[in-house]
Amino acid sequence: MTASGAAGSGVPHLDVDPFDMSFFADPYPAHELLREAGPVVYLDKWNVYGVARYAEVHAVLNDPATFCSSRGVGLSDFKKEAPWRPPSLILEADPPAHTRTRAVLSKVLSPTVMKQVRDRFAEAAEARVDALLQMRSFDAIADLAEAYPLSIFPDALGLKPEGREHLIPYASVVFNAFGPPNQLRQQAIERSAPHQAYVAEQCQRENLAPGGFGACIHAQVDEGAITATEAPLLVRSLLSAGLDTTVNGIGAAVYCLARFPDQWQRLRDDLTLARGAFEEAVRFESPVQTFFRTTTREVELSGARIGEGEKVLMFLAAANRDPRRWDAPDRYDITRRTSGHVGFGSGIHMCVGQLVARLEGEVMLTALARRIGRIEITGEPKRRFNNTLRGLDSLPVTITPA
Amino acid sequence: MPAITFIHPDGKSDRVETAGGESVMQAATRHGLDGILAECGGNAMCATCHVYVDESWLARLPAMADDEDALLDGTAAERRPTSRLSCQITITPDLDGLVLKLPERQV
Ligand code: HEM
Ligand code: FES
Repeated sequence: MTASGAAGSGVPHLDVDPFDMSFFADPYPAHELLREAGPVVYLDKWNVYGVARYAEVHAVLNDPATFCSSRGVGLSDFKKEAPWRPPSLILEADPPAHTRTRAVLSKVLSPTVMKQVRDRFAEAAEARVDALLQMRSFDAIADLAEAYPLSIFPDALGLKPEGREHLIPYASVVFNAFGPPNQLRQQAIERSAPHQAYVAEQCQRENLAPGGFGACIHAQVDEGAITATEAPLLVRSLLSAGLDTTVNGIGAAVYCLARFPDQWQRLRDDLTLARGAFEEAVRFESPVQTFFRTTTREVELSGARIGEGEKVLMFLAAANRDPRRWDAPDRYDITRRTSGHVGFGSGIHMCVGQLVARLEGEVMLTALARRIGRIEITGEPKRRFNNTLRGLDSLPVTITPA
Repeated sequence: MPAITFIHPDGKSDRVETAGGESVMQAATRHGLDGILAECGGNAMCATCHVYVDESWLARLPAMADDEDALLDGTAAERRPTSRLSCQITITPDLDGLVLKLPERQV
């Protein structure tokens, strides 16, 4: 890829590396720089265009014919470079192929299905709080943000009990692999073989328990909606995107509520705010920070001319705090009207698992707020570094019962 | 500008002036109307922008697509023959005076 597409088009060039450790440690000043430099910027470090304002991020997400996904939603251009694994049939696909696979996952994860799993998810959240109240002092990432989704999502998928320890490491590879060929990506891929083998095996029909999301995907083969070779790859999408994302989403919500005790108190006073508190955490922290698109033709975006075959990096997190779109964007406010945030994306690829994520977030925060009076951070939170995901590695807390 | 009336479950009503080309959901959220959540931002993925259309208006609305029909089966409040997703109704001049009832709950 060359920088020629940017020459003379008046697009500001920046030397920001959005995949650098120092960027991850505190992305907010750089997000502001990216937003304020212009509606479209060019990042010389990786030879890509970038959009960080809400309007442009939203526009790119909603024009999939021009800004396609089939050439990869990471830095790597599948037209020029072999993908590290067989491409996703949904995330890395364009219409009409995407339309068909998307319909299958939408059906498997529909609001109707959420009504059926709701009680089970809520009981598991209560059980988690029982365990936390026994511990009193614990790591809110390992013992809460990871433990809760792990206690519910693999079962909902219908996975065997053995080998589940591969799930989070596999997802971490997937999300690192969207980034540039830096150490995070290279190392993740080098060490990925055992996780890939586990995942490939679990996606097979005979390894998925009846009634689970995985079996429901395979049942669509019998309906003629997808082929028997497509089904395992669609199960793989849920294994890739369904666990680590909610770990970071729930982790973000707990970190916010522990940092902002006034918001915690509001939630305790009105438990119906739990769903909003989770959604606002997804806006505020944006567990999925970025995705790329590739241009299918020359296009003008907010005055910038972008050539064909160029990578465009969308800063979802920066858009979610763009003052052009949000009042007091840096405030975590659980009563905010969050509709329209791009933490789950927007348009045809908008997260197909968003209802699962919200359900987990809502029932977990409800259970916490009903039975816990105070959450106190008792040690330095440690960050976990990933090219796409933002979240903590550990968050030591002590809780007081309500 | 077409105006829409929303009737809340408690019987109170709100009249909303709309802008051309937007959806009913967008008009409602822009006015800060309580009772429409729109968690997916209008992408026909969440069913939290559910409304009941006044009988007299039902036939005048554009027909619903299959995905809207499927999502309506998952609404938090009961689905009725008058149920629609407000993000899937684009406001046109002939919808001036449209009356919509809000359900008891969206999640
Ligand atoms: C807080 C949790 C989550 C966040 C922040 C999140 C974020 C996102 C985002 C930003 C996209 C858009 C990708 C794009 O436009 O290229 C997406 C797509 C997707 N998500 Fe999620 N997600 C979450 C949870 C989940 C869960 C629980 C599942 C599965 C059960 C899931 C499965 C997927 C899949 C399969 C796609 C691809 C959809 C498509 O391309 O049509 N996600 N997610
Ligand atoms: S806003 Fe989500 S379905 Fe209408």
